[in-house]
Amino acid sequence: MSFVTRGFSGRRREPDTRLPPGQTLVQDWPVLSAGPTPHVDTADWELTVQDETGTDHRWSWDELLALGVEDVTVDIHCVTHWSRLDMGWRGVSLDKIFEDVESEHEYVMAHSYGGYTTNVPLEDLLDGKAWIATEADGAPLDPEHGGPARLLVPHLYFWKSAKWVRGLTMMPDNDPGFWEQYGYHLYGDPWKEERYW
Amino acid sequence: MTHHLDGNVLAGALSEVFTTDMTAARGRCGGCGHMAAIAEAMVYTDAPGLVARCAGCDQVLATVVDTGDRVILSLAGLSAVELRR
Repeated sequence: MSFVTRGFSGRRREPDTRLPPGQTLVQDWPVLSAGPTPHVDTADWELTVQDETGTDHRWSWDELLALGVEDVTVDIHCVTHWSRLDMGWRGVSLDKIFEDVESEHEYVMAHSYGGYTTNVPLEDLLDGKAWIATEADGAPLDPEHGGPARLLVPHLYFWKSAKWVRGLTMMPDNDPGFWEQYGYHLYGDPWKEERYW
Repeated sequence: MTHHLDGNVLAGALSEVFTTDMTAARGRCGGCGHMAAIAEAMVYTDAPGLVARCAGCDQVLATVVDTGDRVILSLAGLSAVELRR
């Protein structure tokens, strides 16, 4: 029965059901960047969460890791039509970060070293849905992939997973970040193909 | 490596919006005031859109997002654009 191809088995078809519409599976990890790559040493790195009172909650690199680093395996979907499945990451859950932050505001602006910004509703960062990621594919994040730390919000298009994250600012309204100002969707659900305005 | 090209790479996208060759136009950076031809900007193309930055200070001068059926252009980082007649 050597003429029988294995190409149509259920196992082979499985990835298709995990690919949002308009996406293509890749094995490599393309580098996308809207500007020069910042090089930030972990000794200088700091994460700041600012609430509506103007209070800054700060974590150094060591303080971040001391909150507890966990392994996560997630699928990521870039708005430029590529997806990677079962990608291994390590990072600190944003639930741990927000344990120490009191805020009535429902939206967050992520700020990066280098000036990039992206907006995310707070509820999309909580309940085990988002991390400050420090490793991917079994190695510390390279600067070109957002190291030393990037936001990881895998259920939204990957432009929301801000590279070189340095701060989260609470906002009363869902103000647009960098790409959201210039044409991309305010929310960015890959399963609804929320790519553009 | 993240790399960038020069502003001539904007020619095609901007020709959809303007009737003149915009890469020959000069613009003033809203950040540092640097005045230069659009062709001299640093354009990042490995991104969800084209991002043109000032060669003097890295500020974003212009972005072009191609949605397929629309082109969305921002010139928000340019305080002035000079077009020769």
